Order: sequence, then C-alpha cells, then structure tokens
Amino acid sequence: MRRAATVLRLGALGLLLAFLLVPQRFAPLFAPLAHGGAPAIYDQGNLAMLALAHLTTVLAACLGSTVVAVALGILVTRASGAEFLPLSRALVNFGQTFPPVAVLALAVPLIGFGEKPTLIALFLYGLLPIFENTVVGLRSCPAAVLEAASGMGMSARQRLFSVELPLAMPLILEGIRISLVINIGTATIGSTVAAKGLGEVIIAGLLSNNTAFVLQGGLATGLMAVLLYDGVAALERRLYRNY
Amino acid sequence: MIVIESLTKHYGPIAAVDGVSMTIERDSITVIVGTSGSGKSTLLRMINRLIEPTSGRVLIDGRDTASESGHRLRRHIGYVIQGYGLFPHRTVAHNIATVPRLLGWDENRIRPRVAQLLEALQLDPAVYSGKYPHQLSGGEQQRVGVARALAAEPAVLLMDEPFGALDPIIREKAQDDLLEIQRKFGTTMVVVTHDIDEAFRLGDRVAVMSAGRVLQYDRPEVLVTHPADPLVARMTGSAERAMRLLSLTTAGEAALPLTPGEAGTGGPAVPASASLRVVLSELLWHGSESATVIDGDGTPRGRLTVAAILARARAR
Repeated sequence: MRRAATVLRLGALGLLLAFLLVPQRFAPLFAPLAHGGAPAIYDQGNLAMLALAHLTTVLAACLGSTVVAVALGILVTRASGAEFLPLSRALVNFGQTFPPVAVLALAVPLIGFGEKPTLIALFLYGLLPIFENTVVGLRSCPAAVLEAASGMGMSARQRLFSVELPLAMPLILEGIRISLVINIGTATIGSTVAAKGLGEVIIAGLLSNNTAFVLQGGLATGLMAVLLYDGVAALERRLYRNY
Repeated sequence: MIVIESLTKHYGPIAAVDGVSMTIERDSITVIVGTSGSGKSTLLRMINRLIEPTSGRVLIDGRDTASESGHRLRRHIGYVIQGYGLFPHRTVAHNIATVPRLLGWDENRIRPRVAQLLEALQLDPAVYSGKYPHQLSGGEQQRVGVARALAAEPAVLLMDEPFGALDPIIREKAQDDLLEIQRKFGTTMVVVTHDIDEAFRLGDRVAVMSAGRVLQYDRPEVLVTHPADPLVARMTGSAERAMRLLSLTTAGEAALPLTPGEAGTGGPAVPASASLRVVLSELLWHGSESATVIDGDGTPRGRLTVAAILARARAR
C-alpha cells in the first residue's frame, strides 16, 4: 500500500516535470482541443519558468502568513494577550472572506501591477488556517505537561519554545499545508495584474478561446497543489512519527 | 528545613490557605492530607511559588524563597504531579535531563546522572533511555516523573498526589520505592494526598488540612492517640484506631530480644520491615502465640507475642 502510494507520487511528479520541461511532447494529447490551427501547447512563454514563478510567489506569501499568523496565535494564547483573541480572529476571518480578486482591484491603484498586489492578496487569504491551527495546537497542550514545565523551572519563554510550540507543531504544519494548497490555486488570479505564474496560461486560453491552454494551466496548477500537499504531509509524518 | 510563616492565599474574598505556619524538618517526609478544596495543593504550590502567596513567607534552609525569580527557585526544588506531565515529544532520558539542562550542566555530567536515576528507580537505562512517554506503563511513567524531579539533586521534593493515578497494587510498591529513595538520597519531601492511609504509610509527620487551615501537624501516632480536632479523629478513623496504631510500628522496632536456645521455635517467621498489624494478622491466621522476626537475610532478630502486640495497640 505504502509502496503503491510512493510510486503514484513519483509518477505524478515525473509527469509534472516532463510537462513543464518538454511540453511539446504532449502536443498530440491537447491537439483535439485546439481549433482552427491554434497552437496545442502554450507558446507565449516558458512553462517551467512560469511554474517556478508561481511557486515562488505562493511560498513567499505563505512565509509571510506563517510568521504573522503564528505570532498572533502565540500572542492570543498568552494570559496577557487573551483579550486580543476576538480582534485577531475577526482580522484573519476578514482576510479569508474578502475576495482575493477584490484585494487585487484595491491594491493595484495603490502599488501598481506585478507581484506585489498578488503577494498581499495571497498573504491575507492564507492567514486563517495557520492562525486557527496555531491557537488550537497551543491550547491543546495537556495542562499537566505545562504545569510540569513550569514546575521544573522553565521560564515562560523556555516553556513556549521547548514545550508548547514543539507540541503544537504538527497542527501548525497542517495549517501551513492547507494554506499552501489553497493559495497555489488562488495564485492563478495574480496573472490578471501581470504577476508571473501559471494563471497566464489560463488567461491566454480564455482570451484566444483555446481550451487546450486553459486545461494545461489548470492541470499543471492542480498537480502542483496535490504534490505539495502530499509532500508536506509526508514531511509531517517523518518528523512526528514518535508521538 | 522549610519554615512556613503565616502563609495566606486569597482568591477574591475566599481564603484558599489561611495563615498556615509550620516547620518541615530536613530529610523527612511530611504529608499534607485533606479533602479536595482544603487548600493542600495551594499550600504546596506556594512553596515553589507556582502560586504567589497573598501574604506570609517561606524559608528554605533560612533563605526566603521570594529572594529570587520563581523559575530560578523551582530549578532547585523537585516537583512531581498527578499525571506526571512528562514531555511527550522527548525521550525518557531527555525528560529526566530537563532540569540539569536548564541549570547548564555539562553533557558529561548529565549522562551518568540520568543512568544512575533510572537504575535507582529500577528502569534499565539501556531499555528505557530512548523510549517515549507514550510507550511506558503508568507505573513506569510515575517513576520517570520522580527521576526527572530528582535529576538536579534538589534538597526539597514536592509531590502532589504522586500516586493518585496508579492502581492499588502498583501504588503500594511505588510508595515503598519512594521511602527507599528518601533513605537513599536523603531528600526533604513534602507530599500532598487525600488518602489518609497513604499519609500514615509515608509520613514522618502528617498535617491535616481543612478549609485552608492546618488542624493538626504531628507524628502519625499522635494524630491517632490525641486528635486535636473532631475532623482529625474522624479522618484517622475512630473505629480503627487500634489497628492504625499497629500499622505505624514495624516488627523490627517492637521485637523482643531472643532468649538463648529459643530461636526459630516459635510460630511463623515475619520480616522485620512488616508492620505490627501484618504480624498480628499472621499470628491470628496461624493460631500461634508468638512469631520470629527475621532480617532481610533470614537470620532471627527477635520475637513478638500476641500479648506484646496488643499492649502496643492500647491508647497511651
């Protein structure tokens, strides 16, 4: 069972890499979808570079979300910061419910086209899962363990870093994983404001009425999301197989 | 020596601990016993300042515990709680090394200390060092909890219901082990429990608490023979007073000298560490008038008669 899963994983990764590096080989597959002599494979840019830019944007936004959401999660689970919980929760919920497209529309007049508005939209969109998981993770540390930590003579900071965060880490990582996957998909809208990414392929397809392009962009993005989700999950299992 | 001076903790208008003063002798086991809500755990937690007192102070070997920060103070006071609170993400060895690491001990000093403690608690270091807490039984977790508390050689060990989560058979063994460890390491121990039998079994001195106050603080036999308060009398069990008194003395302590030529002739053999209660029960069972008290290696050390035991069960 495990072996089959590994084979499937490697197969998917191989397929994605092959498509990004030598897309022309896949032309026969997509040809039936391209009408009227239109190209079957996206030819207005390098697919591998677009995928890399896409991934970089998402990872950068996710790094920002993680730093802010984890810091907020730590703050609101301290006795001194408990009163900020409702406010913080309202903020991250707003970030999640406010449509990323609207964020882009609002951000472009302020900071111009390109990567920046996309980064902001993805950063806001990715906060919620990480924040909620951090709060739950920190809160579910057993009371006896916390009391023992204090009773052994750990300072509040030592307790946080050597007991609470390590115990909350599996849940925090899960939050990061969810956030990453959501944003791999969401990042495609960045191409509407000229951010480099796989969204370009989809938009090019829409503009020229070429279903082959749309499908290529969608499949590559989806495959990337699945692989990333799976990869982080495998990493979690590896790190936390002991407890 | 721990000196507690009119220690008080208020939660709003309610006094959880109300002006408690007591002196805890060095190298002894003091048990604080009381019902839930009597303030016994609050009193214990004020000794290591996990709870800051509203007023009053605690001196350990003459030094005011308020003279340094709480977490630094606690590194020199062992602490064991019900449920043990072992760190689930750390191995047994890593758990035990917690306080030495906080104190900045050298790794070369920590390793042998961890092994020594595991051995003292009858856990084979080769087997247990690398295990994680969830791989241990309840009794093993309890022992690791004690080892962790003793790791940095604290002069004082505080225990809050340390045997509360163990089943009765393991509990007795764990209590014996604790007495053994106290003898071996000479630690001053303060144990909180709601179980009066446990208090009598462990305590050199027992403090009975109710509603935030210490009703009586004395040697266990005094609590039985001269209860200072009706509640103390009730807790020590008026109906069972005589038997309770017997359970406080060991056969070795009460043994009568052997008269020459008599060795081994009389009745069942009982170990010197057995309580008189157990010896009496043995004698009644065998229908015998006297028993031979033997040492750990089986050599006769004295004898006990039913009459001698009964004499010790009478109110003095």
